Formats: sequence, C-alpha cells, structure tokens
Amino acid sequence: MVAFILRRLAQSILVMLVVGLVAFFMFQFLGDPVNQMVGVDTPIAEREALRERLGLNDPLIIRFGKFVVNAAQLEFGLSYQHKSPVTDLLLERLPATIELSMVSAVIAFALALPAGVYTGLYRNRWSSKAMLTLSLVGISVPTFLIGILFIYLFAVVLGWLPSFGRGDVVTLPGGWTTGLLTTSGLKAIILPALTLGLFTLTLIMRLIRAEMLEVLRTDYIKFARARGLTNRAVNFGHALKNTLVPVITVTGLLLGNLIAFAIITESVFQWPGMGRLFLQSIQEVDLPVMSAYLVMISFLFVVLNLVVDILYYVVDPRLRVEGHGGGH
Amino acid sequence: MTDTTSPKPVSAKPSLLYRIWDHELCYSFRNSPLTVAAAVVTLLLILSAVFAGVIAPHNPFDLASIDLMDSELPPAWTEDGEARFLLGTDNLGRDIYSTILYGMRISLLVGFASVVLSAVIGIAAGLAAGYIGGKVDAVIMRIADIQLSFPTILIALLIDGIMRGILDREQHDAMIIPVLVLSIGISNWVQYARTVRGSTLVERNKEYVQAARIIGLHPILIMIRHVLPNVMGPVLVIATLGLAFAILTEATLSFLGVGMPPTEPSLGTLIQIGNDFLFSGLWWISIFPGMTLAVLVLAVNLLGDWLRDALNPKLR
Repeated sequence: MVAFILRRLAQSILVMLVVGLVAFFMFQFLGDPVNQMVGVDTPIAEREALRERLGLNDPLIIRFGKFVVNAAQLEFGLSYQHKSPVTDLLLERLPATIELSMVSAVIAFALALPAGVYTGLYRNRWSSKAMLTLSLVGISVPTFLIGILFIYLFAVVLGWLPSFGRGDVVTLPGGWTTGLLTTSGLKAIILPALTLGLFTLTLIMRLIRAEMLEVLRTDYIKFARARGLTNRAVNFGHALKNTLVPVITVTGLLLGNLIAFAIITESVFQWPGMGRLFLQSIQEVDLPVMSAYLVMISFLFVVLNLVVDILYYVVDPRLRVEGHGGGH
Repeated sequence: MTDTTSPKPVSAKPSLLYRIWDHELCYSFRNSPLTVAAAVVTLLLILSAVFAGVIAPHNPFDLASIDLMDSELPPAWTEDGEARFLLGTDNLGRDIYSTILYGMRISLLVGFASVVLSAVIGIAAGLAAGYIGGKVDAVIMRIADIQLSFPTILIALLIDGIMRGILDREQHDAMIIPVLVLSIGISNWVQYARTVRGSTLVERNKEYVQAARIIGLHPILIMIRHVLPNVMGPVLVIATLGLAFAILTEATLSFLGVGMPPTEPSLGTLIQIGNDFLFSGLWWISIFPGMTLAVLVLAVNLLGDWLRDALNPKLR
C-alpha cells in the first residue's frame, strides 16, 4: 500500500514538473517581462539593471528552480492586464468555480445513479430506450448550445431564472464567498450547474447502465436470485455495489473535467469564476495569469487523480493481492 | 432475403461493384437504416458546404451585397420575414442560411484538417512506440499519459494562447485556420497513438513482419508498408468519431471568442453572435447554426458508432 502510494506520488510530482516546465517556458520566451514593466523610453542600461535584478540573466536551470519555488508558494507575479497579483485574482474567483463544479457534480451523480440503474435493470422498456436516445443527443449537442437553449427557454421566454452572474453572495469567514445561502444565489446556480452537469450526467448514466448489464449476467447474481433473495437485495446489495468500482474512477476524473469545462459554462452564463479569467487572459495574452491557471488546475487534476487511484486501491481488493505485477 | 437462396452462376467472376455491395461491411451498412440516414445527412451537409458558392442565395462575404436595412429580419415564414431570407438575417444584414453554408465549410475544413494532423502525429508516435519499444516507447507513452490526464479543450485553449504569444495580433488573425487546426490536432493525437501502439505490439511478432525483417527491409519501410495497413481499422473508427469531436471543439473555441472571427464566421462564431441578441428575441441567429452543428455532429457520431461495431470482430 505504502509503496503503491509512493509510486503514484512520484508520478504526480513528475506530471507537475512537466506542467511547471511548460508554464515556465511560456513565461520566459513569449513576451519579455522587462518590456511589460518599463516604459518605451527607458534607457537600455536601466533595462539591463532591471533584468539583472529580476534574475533574468541567471542560467535557465536556476530560473526554473526559482519558478518552481515561487509556484509552490503560490507566487506568480503580477497580471499584465489587471496589474495586481495573479494569485489574488485567481483565489478571488476560485470559490465561484469550485461551487459551480461541485453543484454540477452532485446534480449529475444524483440523477445518473437512478437513471443508470433503471435503464440497466429494465433495458427493454421504451422509457429506458427513450432515456438512452436522449443521452445520445446530450452527448452530441455542445455544452454552450445547451446553455443558450436553457437561457432562451428559462430566462427569456419563461422568465423564471436569471441568465447571468452569481446572484447575491455571502462571504464566509476565511474569505470564501458562497451563493448557496441566498435565494438569488441559489436561483442563479441552477441553469449553469445543469448545463455543466448534463454531459457528465449522460456519461455516468451510460457507464452505470453498461456495468449493470455486465454484472447482472454473472453467476453470483444468478446464485443470489436462486437463493431467493428479494429483487431489492440482489439489485442494490449485490449488483449495484459491484458496478461502483469503475464508476468511482470515472467520477473522480470527471470532477476534474467539470472544473475545466466550467470555462465554457462560465463564459455562457457570465459566471465570475477562474475559467472566465483564463479565457480573458488568452485573448489578452496575459501570460502570468495563463501559467498560474495552468499550474493551479493541473495541481487540482493531479490531486484528484491521486485520490481516485488510492480509492481504487482501497475499494478493489484484487489490486492488493496481485501487487505491482497486476493491472489490466 | 430471397436472392440468397436462389442459385448464382458459379463461373462468372463477380464484378467489383457487386463485390463491394456484397462485402460484410456494406451488408451491415445496408441493414441499419439509422446508419444509412446518418450517412445521407452527412453527405448532404458536406456537399452543401463544398458547393456553398453555388447553393447559397447570397454571398455573406461580399460587402457590396449586404444592406444594413435588411438586418435582424426573422425567418421567412414568420410575420415580418421576407422571402429573400429563408432563415432570417443577422445583425449586419447577412442571410443566415447562406452564412450557415459558408460557416459549415470552415467548420468542416478545420475538422478534417485537424483529424488528419492528429492521425498523422498519433500514428507515427504509436508505430514508433509499438515497433521500436524500449525507451522510445516509455517516453512517448509517458507524454501521452500526461496529456491524457488533461481535457482536450484545455490543451487546445493553451496552444491557442501560446500561438497568440508567438504571433502578433494581425498575424494571428490572418493565420487563424492553421492555428485552430494545430491546437485541435495536437490536443487529440493520444487516442490514435495508444490504439496504433496496441495493434502494432500484436502485429510486430507475426510472421510477415519477421519475414520482412529477415529480408533486410528498413524498419521505417516495414512500419509504413507492412504494419500500418494492418492497424488501420481502429484508426478509421477513431478518425470518424474524432471528426465529430474536432468540429465540436472548433465550434467551442469560436464560441469562446478564441476561434474564427465574426468577419469569417464558422458555426460556433455564428452561435456566439446570436448569443448577444438572444435577449432581444432574435433567436434565429443562434438556433439555426446550432441545429446545423448538432445534426452534423450527431450524424458523424452515428456513423462512427456503426463503424466501430461493424469492424469489431467480437460483435460479428
């Protein structure tokens, strides 16, 4: 167990170093930081002095070392566009993105589980087939289009829900802002969260259905039925429990995807999150923000991947018996 | 199914057309009405995009023919619509129907080109990893693993951002199509590489490869001439599904404002333009391009699904 975790940890650090390298090179070779900081008429000698002071004349490896040390302390310099520390900009917007992703994940999972089990158990009912066809449409229609349709239907035509922003937010101790405690905040999160969660919802539903179909064919389910157990006990106690291993893996990975795909949803609903900041930074070539977002989101991904792998190890006893030789 | 029981002339060599018609792939195609429908829709959309210049009633890029007085007209069948503009006009007075046809041309062009790019990178990497093995394999697959742990849209956005840093604004706008192809192409090569590597690992130990090696063929020649044709089946499936995905990614990038500019709109750009006018009730600017995009992607996806099942020996 310890060896497994250590090995995965080493891999995660390698990934972070590669990401750091990409962010570092982006920072170093696209655009000159000195040019961004001084005026047009600054003499060359002064520029050179600034260069020396910023450590830009140091060997590459030392500069990369400094970059990593700074990044580890969440120190990414000033945004070219906003002229304020990148870390503050990102942290200010972090709660909005995390809240949106988490609510989407909860909605997606809460709806996908019963839908997946139902379509798996009653695969020949027309309602199951309708759900499957609908999910295929859900995969083919792009997220931003679904968002637009939602806005048109629920905000423009029906006028039930707001189409942009977070509504009123409450600041919790520790600086975390939340919209989940006010009515307008709750109303504002419904459409974006549904839009963002829909793709994940269809994916998890299809996965659970496929896994259920697989498990229901196995001998131990037949045996459980032969023992005269109730349908409920067989379906939920035996079948569903065994489908959850791959579902946990995929859900963990999808959680990361939700945070990344929030870029699109935030743009449609003008949600004040990190994704929108990242998008603006791409349009304005605001390199410090771009590299900081990249490093932060990669860190989130790596941590999620690590947690999923460890969970997988805990849930699936076969991995423990086979040791490191196993894996399929 | 009556003709299968009737005896066929044994001596006559069946014509090429008949052999294609009788091939099991074609047989499974003929027997799936949904697939036939998807193929017809895809073909129609591709043809109408290619011949946009002939079909489209207006040329949305000809500034002389655009009249601002015609702007924001609803579709022809509604009360204020005009017969000249079947699906209405946008904020600049461009005919939506014509703009969709021209926009689809860009969407398909970027889609096809980025699929080719991903396939070339992926196949080369997969062949090298599978055939050479060892350190080459480890390095390539490690890079693939790392890239795979990030969503493609994020990587595409990042490459687009880097290209914006390298090129200045005018250069970037002038080269937007190659930039999009590059970002989408690079962000999708991993699947090809993984699949090709897997198949290559199997093929490389077969006798025909050993024979080729013994007669002293160059490894690159063996990879391309002998191994590659035998691993192309799965690649075709990935490429078809990848086309749908590439079209979606391009639309998403354009919608987010980092893709095609409004002066040269793809389907995604059109949807974005319409998004700004949704609250004024001008639904047709977004909805029609959106429907076109959804139908195109769905049809290509259905084709890809069918191809995957048809080529899968387990399901035969």
